[in-house]
Amino acid sequence: MAAHPAQTGATAGRPIPKASRAVFWNDPRVRGIFYQILAVALIGGAVWWLASNTIENLNSRNIATGFHFLGREAGFDIGENLIDYSPADSYFKALLVGVLNTLRVAVIGIILATIIGTIIGIARLSKNWLVAKLASIYVEVVRNIPLILQLFFWYSLITEFLPGPRDALHPMAGVFLSNRGLKFPLPAHEFAYDLAMVLFALGLIAAVALGHWAKKRQDATGRHFPTAWVNLGLIVGLPIAGWLLAGAPLTFNAPVLQGFNFVGGASLSPEFSALLLGLVIYTAGFIAEIVRSGIQAVGKGQTEASLALGLSKGQTLRLIVMPQALRVIVPPMTSQYLNITKNSSLAVAIGFPDIVSVANTTLNQTGQAIEGIAIIMAVFLTISLSIATFMNWYNKHIALVER
Amino acid sequence: MATAVQQPSDEPMILLEKVNKWYGDFHVLTDIDLSVKRGERIVICGPSGSGKSTMIRCINRLEEHQAGRIVVDGVELTNDVRKVEAVRRDVGMVFQHFNLFPHLTVLQNLTLAPIWVRKTPKAEAEATAMKYLERVRIPEQAHKYPGQLSGGQQQRVAIARALCINPKVMLFDEPTSALDPEMVAEVLDVMIKLADESNVTMICVTHEMGFARSVADRVIFMDRGQIVEQNTPEEFFSHPQNERTKLFLSQILAH
Repeated sequence: MAAHPAQTGATAGRPIPKASRAVFWNDPRVRGIFYQILAVALIGGAVWWLASNTIENLNSRNIATGFHFLGREAGFDIGENLIDYSPADSYFKALLVGVLNTLRVAVIGIILATIIGTIIGIARLSKNWLVAKLASIYVEVVRNIPLILQLFFWYSLITEFLPGPRDALHPMAGVFLSNRGLKFPLPAHEFAYDLAMVLFALGLIAAVALGHWAKKRQDATGRHFPTAWVNLGLIVGLPIAGWLLAGAPLTFNAPVLQGFNFVGGASLSPEFSALLLGLVIYTAGFIAEIVRSGIQAVGKGQTEASLALGLSKGQTLRLIVMPQALRVIVPPMTSQYLNITKNSSLAVAIGFPDIVSVANTTLNQTGQAIEGIAIIMAVFLTISLSIATFMNWYNKHIALVER
Repeated sequence: MATAVQQPSDEPMILLEKVNKWYGDFHVLTDIDLSVKRGERIVICGPSGSGKSTMIRCINRLEEHQAGRIVVDGVELTNDVRKVEAVRRDVGMVFQHFNLFPHLTVLQNLTLAPIWVRKTPKAEAEATAMKYLERVRIPEQAHKYPGQLSGGQQQRVAIARALCINPKVMLFDEPTSALDPEMVAEVLDVMIKLADESNVTMICVTHEMGFARSVADRVIFMDRGQIVEQNTPEEFFSHPQNERTKLFLSQILAH
C-alpha cells in the first residue's frame, strides 16, 4: 500500500461513476406503475377483443342475446326436484330446481364429510394400532383415486350390483335397497308427530337457554351443571315423551312394491346416493388429514401444561387443544367446502340433475350458450363466495392475538 | 388444608423409592431414592440428558415410571386416573418454554384451573388471579394475550398460573433456560420471593447456582439417570465429594 501512494490517491479521488446514480427506470416504484399500466392495457385489450368478436359472431349468425329465454317453457322433465316442477314450467324454474339440487348435495355433503373426516382424522392419531392403520389406509386409498372414478364406482355399484325392486334388500321393516335407490318410510301425518316436532323445537330453544343459565351460574357459584345430559333429555326425551303422551301411534307411510317399482315413503335416488356417497367419502379423506394436522400443530407442551394443572383429558381436548387446532383447521377446511360444492358439478357424469346438468340441457335447447355458462358461473361464484365469507368471518373470530 | 395440618410433619411430601424408567433400551432413571420434606427447597442440577427433567416430570406423572414407587402427599401414583388427577391438583408446574395457552388472556390462563378443576366462582377466581399477578408484579398485563408479553413476563405469568391452584408442591423445570439473559433475574427474583414468603415445597431443576445458594435447603446432582450426590448448598459447592460432581461444577462455574 505504502509503495503506491499515487495509485491509492487516484482511487480515492475518482469521481462517483454516473451509472451508480438512480436512473428513473431502475426505481421499483416507477417499474411497478409501468407494469400495472401494461397489465391493465393487456387485460382491457383482451376483453375488448373477446367481446367484439363474440358480438360480431352472434350478429352474423342472427342469435339473439339476453335472458328472455328464461321465461319460456322448458319442455323437459327433471328426475329429482325439491319443489313442484313439470315440463310446462319455465326455464327459470328448471334452473332453480338445478340450483336446489346442487345446494342439497353440497350442504348435506359438507355436514357429513366434516363429521366423518373429523372422526377419521382423530382415529389416525389413535394409540390403537389397528384403528390408526385403518384410518391411514382409508385416507391414502380415497385421496389417491380420482373423484370421477369413485363416482362411477358407487353409481355402478348401486345400479349394477344391487337387486331389482322385486328382490330388493330389506334390512329392516319398511326400508328397501335396490337398484332404484333407497326407499324408507316416513311417519304419516298425525297429531303425535306434529306434537313431537313442536316439542323438539322447544327443546332446542330450552337447551340454548339452559346453556346460558348454566354458564352464568358457574361464573357466580363455581358449580358445574351437567348440561350435556340435560340437553340430551330436552332435545330427545321431550319429543319422545310428547309422542308417548299422544298415544304413541306407529303409523308410517311405508314404501310398497307395486308393479315394477315402489310407491309411497321417501326415497334417495341412485344418482343422488352415488354423488353424495362419492363426494362425502372422497372429501372426508382430505378433511381427516386437515383435522389430524391441526391437532398435531398444537404443541405437546399445551397438553402437558393443561394436564399438570389438573384438567382431565376431555377438558384438555375441549378447552385447550381444539380451540387452537381450529385456527389451523379452518382455512384449509374452507377450501374443502368449496371443493365439495364445485365437485358436485361432476353430477353430470352420472346423470344427477344439478345446476350444470340442467343448464346444459337448457343451453342445448335454446342455443344460449353464453348465458347458460354465465348462469352456471354465477351460481357457483355466489355459493362459493358465501361459504368463503362465512368461513373467513369465523376464522377471524377464532384467530389468535399476537403482539 | 385441615387434613394437611393434622398429618405428622415428618411424613415426607414426596417419596421416591427405587424408581426406574426406560425409553426403549435407554435407562433414563436408575434406582432413584428421594424423600422430600414438607416445605423443603431442592435444587437439582446435572449435565443435559442426566434425567433431571424426567424425574420431576414423573412426580406429576407427565412421565410414567416403570418400576418403583412414587408417593406424593400420601397418594401413590398408579394407573388410577383419579389418583393422578388428585396429585396434579396439589402440584404446580412451571415449564422451560412457559406453555401458556395462547388463545386465552393472561387472566383466563390463571383462572382456567380454579374454575374447571377447583370449581371456584369466576369472580373469586379472578380476584385470586389478580393477587398472584401482583405478586409476580405484572397485574397490568391481565387482559393481554401471552403472545403480547416478553419471555420473562410470560414465565412470571406461568408461575402465577401454577400458584393459582394453591399447590403444596411447585416443580420448576429449567424455568430460566429459554430466557434472554436480561430476563433471567426478574424470574429468579419472583422465585426467591416465593420461597421467602410461602412454605410451599419447591423442586427446581436449574443451573442457576446463585439461586441454589440463596434458596435451596439441599442440592442434588444427577448424572446418567442416577442421583450421584446431595448435600447442603455450602457443602455441595465448597466440598463436592464425587469426581463427576467436581467435573460438572468446574465446567459451569468456570465462567
